[in-house]
Amino acid sequence: MIYAIVFLPLVGFLIAGAFGPWIGARASELVTTGLLMVCAVLSWIVFFDVALGHDHGYAPIVGNWMTVGALKVDWALRVDTLTAVMLVVVNTVSSLVHLYSIGYMHEDPDRPRFFAYLSLFTFAMLMLVTADNLVQMFFGWEGVGLASYLLIGFWYQKPSANAAAIKAFVVNRVGDFGFALGIFLVFQLTKSLGFEEVFAAVPGLAGKTIHVFGMDVDALTVAAFLLFIGAMGKSAQFFLHTWLPDAMEGPTPVSALIHAATMVTAGVFMVARLSPIFEYAPTALEFVTIIGAVTAFFAATVGLVQNDIKRVIAYSTCSQLGYMFVAEGVGAYSLGIFHLFTHAFFKALLFLGAGSVIHAMHHEQDMRNMGGLRKDIPFTFAMMTIGTLALTGFPFTAGYFSKDGIIEAAFAAGEHRTTAMIGFIATVVAAGLTSYYSWRLVFMTFFGHRPAHPVAVNHSHDEPSTDDHAHGHDDHGHDDHGHHAPHESPLVMLIPLAVLAIGALGAGYVFEPDFAGHAYAEFWKGALFTGEHNEILHEMHAIPAWAGFAPTAMMVLGFLVSLYVYVLKPGTAEALARTFPRLYQFLLNKWYFDELYDFLFVRPAFAIGRLFWKGGDGAIIDGLGPDGVAARVADGARLAVRLQTGYVYHYAFAMLIGVAAVVTYFVAGGLR
Amino acid sequence: MFGFGILSGVTFLPLVGVAFLLTQKGDDETSLKNIRWATLATTIATFVLSLVVWSRFDTASAAFQFVEEKNWLGSGLVYKMGVDGFSMPFVLLTTFLMPFAILASWDSVQKRVKEYMIAFLVLETLMVGVFCALDLVLFYLFFEGGLIPMFLIIGIWGGKRRVYASFKFFLYTLVGSLLMLVAILAMYGKAGTTDIAVLLKTDFPKEMQTWLWLAFFASFAVKMPMWPVHTWLPDAHVEAPTAGSVILAAILLKMGGYGFIRFSLPMFPDASTNFAPLIYALSVIAIVYTSLVALVQEDIKKLIAYSSVAHMGYVTMGLFTLNPQGMQGAIFQMISHGFVSGALFLCVGVIYDRMHTREIAAYGGLVNRMPIYAFVFMLFTLANVGLPGTTGFIGEFLSLTGAFQANSWVALIATSGVVLSAAYALYLYRRVIFGALEKASLMSITDLTPREIAIFAPLVLITIYYGVQPQPILSATQASVDNLIQTHTALIDAIKLAAAGH
Repeated sequence: MIYAIVFLPLVGFLIAGAFGPWIGARASELVTTGLLMVCAVLSWIVFFDVALGHDHGYAPIVGNWMTVGALKVDWALRVDTLTAVMLVVVNTVSSLVHLYSIGYMHEDPDRPRFFAYLSLFTFAMLMLVTADNLVQMFFGWEGVGLASYLLIGFWYQKPSANAAAIKAFVVNRVGDFGFALGIFLVFQLTKSLGFEEVFAAVPGLAGKTIHVFGMDVDALTVAAFLLFIGAMGKSAQFFLHTWLPDAMEGPTPVSALIHAATMVTAGVFMVARLSPIFEYAPTALEFVTIIGAVTAFFAATVGLVQNDIKRVIAYSTCSQLGYMFVAEGVGAYSLGIFHLFTHAFFKALLFLGAGSVIHAMHHEQDMRNMGGLRKDIPFTFAMMTIGTLALTGFPFTAGYFSKDGIIEAAFAAGEHRTTAMIGFIATVVAAGLTSYYSWRLVFMTFFGHRPAHPVAVNHSHDEPSTDDHAHGHDDHGHDDHGHHAPHESPLVMLIPLAVLAIGALGAGYVFEPDFAGHAYAEFWKGALFTGEHNEILHEMHAIPAWAGFAPTAMMVLGFLVSLYVYVLKPGTAEALARTFPRLYQFLLNKWYFDELYDFLFVRPAFAIGRLFWKGGDGAIIDGLGPDGVAARVADGARLAVRLQTGYVYHYAFAMLIGVAAVVTYFVAGGLR
Repeated sequence: MFGFGILSGVTFLPLVGVAFLLTQKGDDETSLKNIRWATLATTIATFVLSLVVWSRFDTASAAFQFVEEKNWLGSGLVYKMGVDGFSMPFVLLTTFLMPFAILASWDSVQKRVKEYMIAFLVLETLMVGVFCALDLVLFYLFFEGGLIPMFLIIGIWGGKRRVYASFKFFLYTLVGSLLMLVAILAMYGKAGTTDIAVLLKTDFPKEMQTWLWLAFFASFAVKMPMWPVHTWLPDAHVEAPTAGSVILAAILLKMGGYGFIRFSLPMFPDASTNFAPLIYALSVIAIVYTSLVALVQEDIKKLIAYSSVAHMGYVTMGLFTLNPQGMQGAIFQMISHGFVSGALFLCVGVIYDRMHTREIAAYGGLVNRMPIYAFVFMLFTLANVGLPGTTGFIGEFLSLTGAFQANSWVALIATSGVVLSAAYALYLYRRVIFGALEKASLMSITDLTPREIAIFAPLVLITIYYGVQPQPILSATQASVDNLIQTHTALIDAIKLAAAGH
């Protein structure tokens, strides 16, 4: 069955990808969507067997990948509770997104390609979550990165989409750089990369120091740290988050599937999967907490002022991923995964809802040009409200259980560790901010009135290209959107919303006991590892009452402020922005990270490249080497004397530099 | 066959084709057609014959197989051929890629077709000879002889600055070759033979090893090419015709790496250990430096050429780690680079044939009219950046794993290459393939022809197949690599013991 779950999307990809132009768009849609529906059903069966039932999981080996010396890597499909949870998340959301896309993309001539990419992504993600060793995980890891690249750049006519796609891939590669080094270190330490072997070897390595990068450091801490850099890239954590907002250039269903529900949570999954390593690396866990806390806070502040409906949700995603890492950082891996699980429902719901809004508004994404839509698209409004309630943690919705659990766990752990207390403070503040920007989105979109004169296009974030003939928008009259009456989306788009809404409301209440409550042990069956002193799930119930109520209070506060600013007294937001122009610009420009990185990395890389090319290769190497010799020979005997006098210095100089470099290197020797 | 073995058959079969081509007179369509088909048939026959060798090859053994030995004109020189795990994959790579090179020249070469085909067939003989020779002098003859047809291919069928490019290549290789020749004479003086099998068992004195190592290094570093003697490569690639670039990148560059495994590492173990830091330094400089240079290139071929230098950095780094992952990774990387860079140059050839320019700025939005081409180019771009599931990943991953065990700093700097390679490769792809199709000159460009699809299909399949199932190649090299590492460790241990005994 697991073979079917993993490989059916691949089949769908191959059919739609290779034969799409011949079998037509409709057939491609039906084949890929149908196969994903089958996968989703099978995934739930696996979930009931393995997670809720008594099946202890399995890891059938599909074949050998490579064997070199001690390094042995197999293709295998590992299924345990952690995998089963991910299977459910990935295939449920993916199948709903496939279905939704039939409606959302119906004007696009390149639908077979779109559905092929979606299925390719699903396959790679499934390879990632079923990996039984670090290399297969890396395969899935890069595979989802590729699919993300292809889907962000799906509308390849748009320069902004192409730029965003490259940015996503390259920033992710920075994370992968750390991930790869982590894999190399794990191999050096354990002489293996299979999970069972590595996890078995880890306790013996606890406290062992290793000489690496010229330092003597705790081996497991460095390993966990390097691996976590990979997670930071994939899950868009602070420093490596810049690609995620730009990734909104992709079609909205893509944002829901990849950049909210599944791919970006791969980092959270990775830390949970490698919990046996992280549990023995407390310093690395503190780092995880801090990064998660900073991200949760940072992304929430930026989300406050964004005007693009998708970007608000993107920053929200970034922030919520920070919550998950805070949970894992304090040792509550199950809460991190629980939030991943519930977040998948309500965040996919919000994105698809936003897609429905954008669809209704004829591809308008700027919220300043929206308003009063609750009467035009009431169903979408209801769904978005449910998503917002769940996200902000309204009592008994999904987010209430998982998110408040994280905050409580952080507080409980804060009694031993300062970093966890920082995590607590950051997540509580972020809870208020989340509530504010989420309701701001709802109020700006669904309440008030649409402006008579739309705000000029905000830096080309308009959905598909303005290239009308290519995308067949002629009949929609792109230029005068806003004048058409907004219309409710077709049923294929609304059904996924309804299904996700059920999850957003109920997933927390139903599964709380399993993920983090009294059924913990029977549910996880050891798929998550916790050290013997890790009692976080019990300690979190023994915290003072005010700490437990803090997130709910912040949620209410955020809602009230938002209500005041956007409904009761419209215009307050603009006034605030005028009063604090610096702060407003700072937030609007996302803390100037793009500018900073451009200045620190992008420009220097090109400048140095040019310098090496023209200066290094051209002037020095060629000038002193072949061209220099050629010039001298061409000058002939006339200059023979100078050749022996003047130009010898060139060579002597070059040789000296060379010798100096080599000697320095050897003196520095032992550098390893 | 006349007392010669099957390896001689593989090596000299292309010359039979040459003999046939020489009988072809006339410039009319029929004889041109004959010439092309005969050449293609010859290269395919050679490939089939090499497959026969492969099917009989015993991967479990590290010894030389199919050995044949003959006295050469009674002069004391010996004609000796044989293959082991190091050379077998390269022989196959060469014979496999030749038909593609011929097919790529099918329409694009219209001038002096007969001479062109003869040059390629002679080149094939010499390249296969390099990998099969078991005598140092014989090796040297093949190794240096291979330059002549390549010079001619660049010099006659090349681009505008072909003379400059050939000249630059000549200058670089000249120095290396002469030093290597001196080293060969010195080795003959010491061991009394040029038989490689005997030399492998000869103990060269420590000081002598240093000088011999440096002499061989001079030659192989240029061939590789290693930083800072790499500047001939971009020019040679830019000026060479498509098939010339393919063969240059896919096979000629591998001769340097092959030389390191065949001579430097096993024959001069002491010196190799001592010089490993130098190799590491040059390798990581190559990876970072040339990747950055690739980022700012304006010529597609030059960009891919610089990316080749960076990829060869992984190879030299991996070889000198002297552990199984590093060495096998390096060899795999060479094979993989043979497929991938060869295919990338073929990709450039496709649009060059249509537009006659290699300027990146002259393209843009090709996906609108050339979807199949866009797919093929994307696949090889991804293989070039080492995406798992393609051959590029296996080589990079293994050589970096090996390097990390040898020296974590080296691995750290080298791994940064994965970021840079993604940047330059995708940036290139974006400028050529993506975007709106706005340039008037591109409005009527056509997608791949059936002949071109036939060229790319096997390469696409093989790049993915060996990315998922690399074991056939890995196990071919395994016995020889293990053997080399064992001998090497034993030698180094013996030296340490001796030093401790004093």
